[in-house]
Amino acid sequence: MADFTQNRNVFIKILFVAVPVLIIIRLLFLQVFDIGGYKEAALGQAVYIKKVHPPRGIIYDRKNQVLMNNSIVYDLVVEPKKITNDFDTLFLCKLINVPIEDFRYQLKKVINKNGWQKPSSLYKNLSPSSVARLQENLYDFSGIDLIEHAERNYNFGCGGTILGYINEVSESQLKNEKYFEYQKGDYIGINGLESYYEEVLKGIPGVQYLLRDVKQRIQGPYKEGKLDSAATPGKAMQLYLDADLQKLTEKMMANKLGSAVAIDPQTGGILAFANGPSFDPTLLTGSNKGANLSKMLNDATKPLFIRAIQAKYPPGSTFKPLTALVALDEQVITADYGFPCGGGYYTCGRRIGCTHSGGGHARNLAYAIANSCNAYFCHVFRLAIDAKQYDNVHVGLQRWSQYMNSFGLGHPMGVDIPHESGGSIPDSNYFNKVYKGNWNSCNMAIIGMGQGEIELTPIQMANAMCIIANKGYYYIPHFVKAIDADSNHPMLKKYHEKKVVARIADSSFEYVRAGMQAVVDQGTGKIAKMDDVVVCAKTGTAQNERMINGQKVKLQNHSMFVAFAPRDNPKIAVAVCIENAGYGATWAGPIASLMIEQYLKDSIREKRKYLVKRMEDAKIIPNYTYILDSLDKQNAKLKAARKNRSADSIARENFLKDSLARRKDSIKADYVFRKIYNY
Amino acid sequence: MSFKAKLLVERIDWVVVISYLVLALIGIACIYSVEHRSTDATFFIMKNNYMKQIMFFGVSLVLALIIILMDSKVFTSIPFLGYAIGFIFLLLALTPLGKGVKGSHSWLNLGYFSFQPGELMKLFTSLTIAKFLTLQDTNFATLKHRLICAAFAIVPLVIIVLQNETGLALVYLSFFLAMYREGLPNIVLIIGFSILILTMATLLIPKTILFYILSGLAVIILYTERKQLRRRKEILFVVAGIWFIGVLFSQVLVPFAFKSVLKPYQVQRIYTMIGQETPEEYTGGGVDPKKQNASEYNVSQSKIAIASGGFFGKGFLNGTQTQYNWVPEQRTDFIFCTIGEQFGFFGSSILVLLYMFLLIRIVNIAERQRSQFTRIYAYCVAGILFFHLAINVGMTVGLAPVIGIPLPLISYGGTSLVIFTILLFILVRLDADRQMVLR
Repeated sequence: MADFTQNRNVFIKILFVAVPVLIIIRLLFLQVFDIGGYKEAALGQAVYIKKVHPPRGIIYDRKNQVLMNNSIVYDLVVEPKKITNDFDTLFLCKLINVPIEDFRYQLKKVINKNGWQKPSSLYKNLSPSSVARLQENLYDFSGIDLIEHAERNYNFGCGGTILGYINEVSESQLKNEKYFEYQKGDYIGINGLESYYEEVLKGIPGVQYLLRDVKQRIQGPYKEGKLDSAATPGKAMQLYLDADLQKLTEKMMANKLGSAVAIDPQTGGILAFANGPSFDPTLLTGSNKGANLSKMLNDATKPLFIRAIQAKYPPGSTFKPLTALVALDEQVITADYGFPCGGGYYTCGRRIGCTHSGGGHARNLAYAIANSCNAYFCHVFRLAIDAKQYDNVHVGLQRWSQYMNSFGLGHPMGVDIPHESGGSIPDSNYFNKVYKGNWNSCNMAIIGMGQGEIELTPIQMANAMCIIANKGYYYIPHFVKAIDADSNHPMLKKYHEKKVVARIADSSFEYVRAGMQAVVDQGTGKIAKMDDVVVCAKTGTAQNERMINGQKVKLQNHSMFVAFAPRDNPKIAVAVCIENAGYGATWAGPIASLMIEQYLKDSIREKRKYLVKRMEDAKIIPNYTYILDSLDKQNAKLKAARKNRSADSIARENFLKDSLARRKDSIKADYVFRKIYNY
Repeated sequence: MSFKAKLLVERIDWVVVISYLVLALIGIACIYSVEHRSTDATFFIMKNNYMKQIMFFGVSLVLALIIILMDSKVFTSIPFLGYAIGFIFLLLALTPLGKGVKGSHSWLNLGYFSFQPGELMKLFTSLTIAKFLTLQDTNFATLKHRLICAAFAIVPLVIIVLQNETGLALVYLSFFLAMYREGLPNIVLIIGFSILILTMATLLIPKTILFYILSGLAVIILYTERKQLRRRKEILFVVAGIWFIGVLFSQVLVPFAFKSVLKPYQVQRIYTMIGQETPEEYTGGGVDPKKQNASEYNVSQSKIAIASGGFFGKGFLNGTQTQYNWVPEQRTDFIFCTIGEQFGFFGSSILVLLYMFLLIRIVNIAERQRSQFTRIYAYCVAGILFFHLAINVGMTVGLAPVIGIPLPLISYGGTSLVIFTILLFILVRLDADRQMVLR
């Protein structure tokens, strides 16, 4: 062959070297310099970082009984495409104890919903026996798996509003920066202690590095698990709560609207905290949690409304000891001060009624408290705010509201569960607004007897009792005694702070306490009398008015009772409020007294067992509760309709207005019928 | 004669044989690393592909031994007959006897086993080209014989394209390397290169703009050469002719090829490689969007796996990407990823260098032949190996379009391993008789 082709083997060799060199340069950039960030992509793909959820902290009561712990529950998960022809449906149904028709129906449902490929849970929260049976035979069923997840147990079946519940963290929470640590599928505490102490209870998640294949199936640990870290369980918490007392209280609060709170005055620890109508906290667990919650949210009786810290009531006569304290401290009265009450207070140009008339029922402070004389306390309140040393009722009222604030009223106290409301204590600014600056002590005289412009939450009432019991100081009411056996945990710091109230003299407290003892010994609160313990108490019957369609409508009175015991070295302070239940002594009184007895004696005397039964069985939810609720809902609709006004919505609005007017009449009618037939 | 004094064992080129063994064993190790699970109780799991590959390797070794023991004259006497038989097989694959695999019809089912005649045809084409060029009557300087020689490669190429196995078909272009060595004029390469550049330009630059660029270039050349032009009018025709061919190619031929010859997904792969989106006119509305993403997905997964190996790699059996099927087709076309991931830059460079070493060795063997037949055959083998290496490794690192051809001796697949064994060992056998003049 011709010579000119001889050197071509050199060109070919150059080609054979050049291309591999090019490839090697490319490899250098890919593998050594990592151009394009492919290395990171590899980690994200094949290494699956699994979060190991720690068990949440266990919650104990004051006697170290487990109030709340965790359990593992199992869901039956099915992957339809993996189900083979030899799948023994009948056997599976036998194992998990469901009818075969239901299994087929459920399977069809999830396939329609999630498709053929995706695993979906068929049955949630299988019973332990089903799980045990199924686990033994699981290998027989391809496409069936048991998935475990944690659930909270309410061991005493009580304390739903205290403990709160857990739920999967929501989409909106995930978007919030505050919850940056959370990932989809994590559980987070909602309401109650679960929410307030989320930081403490949640624990530290562990991390497992796992390898997965392209179909996302886990293939084993990455680097033999060298990088893995174990989960740290949530810290245990001990509460002041007395589980037995709580259980009794919740039973008694069943089918009643209201609240019953007991506090240990010496520590501020909450001993019982029940809200009526009480509900079974197991409704907050399991597969029907969502449905249960929305049902309770829509319920007219509002079981999820934490009345003890959220509901604002006029305290009624239970406020009278505080009126007396202020007046004594301002030195406008002495313990011997009397008022000639003849069945009413007429000084302010209108009659303020008093249940007693004559007989010197208000001959001194103790008598006035024991007989709950309205005239006496309206007068004393006026004396206090009109005190000479302030020469102006504006200054006097301001001084009075300072007293109230130091009693922990008029603002949220800082209880360790969320959504606390503050009640309201009016000051001169408030009245300036209402009366355009032209007002005097007569305009608000009824505040002295716990009516009018003041509103307290039940826990504030109980705290006021603590102040009187302690003779002048209190601790912010709180549930948690110790976190992980450490009572000095930073989260508990503010609850160790002794709040000293206005430096009122001990003697003033003694006068008031004597009056409150008289309430039990010979006054309106005889029901609370105990043989060997001196109980101090005050009944209350708070007038209950409501604005309905722009008109004040008088509804059934609230039944109130506050107490503390024993008089010396007090151990428990109680406030009970039953809505629409009438006299304080009929419903709230017995409940409070039974709570005190249970706590101090650890049981109820045999002869008072009938009382417990009566309290438990009584249903005090007037019909108009439901009417008012639907009224509120209609008002809300009306508001929404107003926001989005159109010809159509105006017509609808007029219709709603009409129906509201009709409803108002029916409420009046209901109230009248109640009075007449006493149902 | 002196060559008879030496034993056959001494005359064999052991460097090629050892390189062959090393590569084939690396291949088995790679397939094992893909399929091995830490839970496996035993190595001998017959249903696993590495066991099959070991079987194929055994078959290959037997064939290699038979070839070594055969008389080398056999290889110079069978080419045309072999080519004819291979050609018939190739056509049979298009008939109902053929077996469709993933949309391609390149498989022939022979009862107990099936194989790709296109693979076998590589062997016969190599032998035939070598034989044809060494015939007494052949004069490679004539256009007629050049066309006949090219036809030996182009005809199977066209049939395999019809079988929908473009990757395999393109391998037949590698025979031009041998032809180039045997005196194919440079002008052919220049034209080939021009076509390549023009094709790239057609892909990268919009048609109308490319038209203006070509026209502008022609005008500039004519303007600069205006003095020459007065004297020699034919320059005008040459420039005008080149311009016309360029325009024809970019405006008509490439669009036609993309629309009618190549499958939409192949067009798409070409565009993916150069980092462009496929123009709508070529997708023909028929591109399956899943398939469209699939080739991008394959390459990016392959790059991820290779890059994750780093410098020294993750170690044998520690590949997270390749062991858990992240890279599609990693036993066959993307086997290079397993090396990249487990042995890193270090290991994969060594492998590439090993191939380079083998290629250079084959060129050296070719050049030391007295026999022109052996030399041409050696260049054919080198060309095939080189093409496979460049395209296969190129596509795993994103340098070449994904056209799906195996990595020689390493990828899983019986036909491929057996054919490469035969190709190499015929070369070894021929080389052993290099002192003899073969015709």
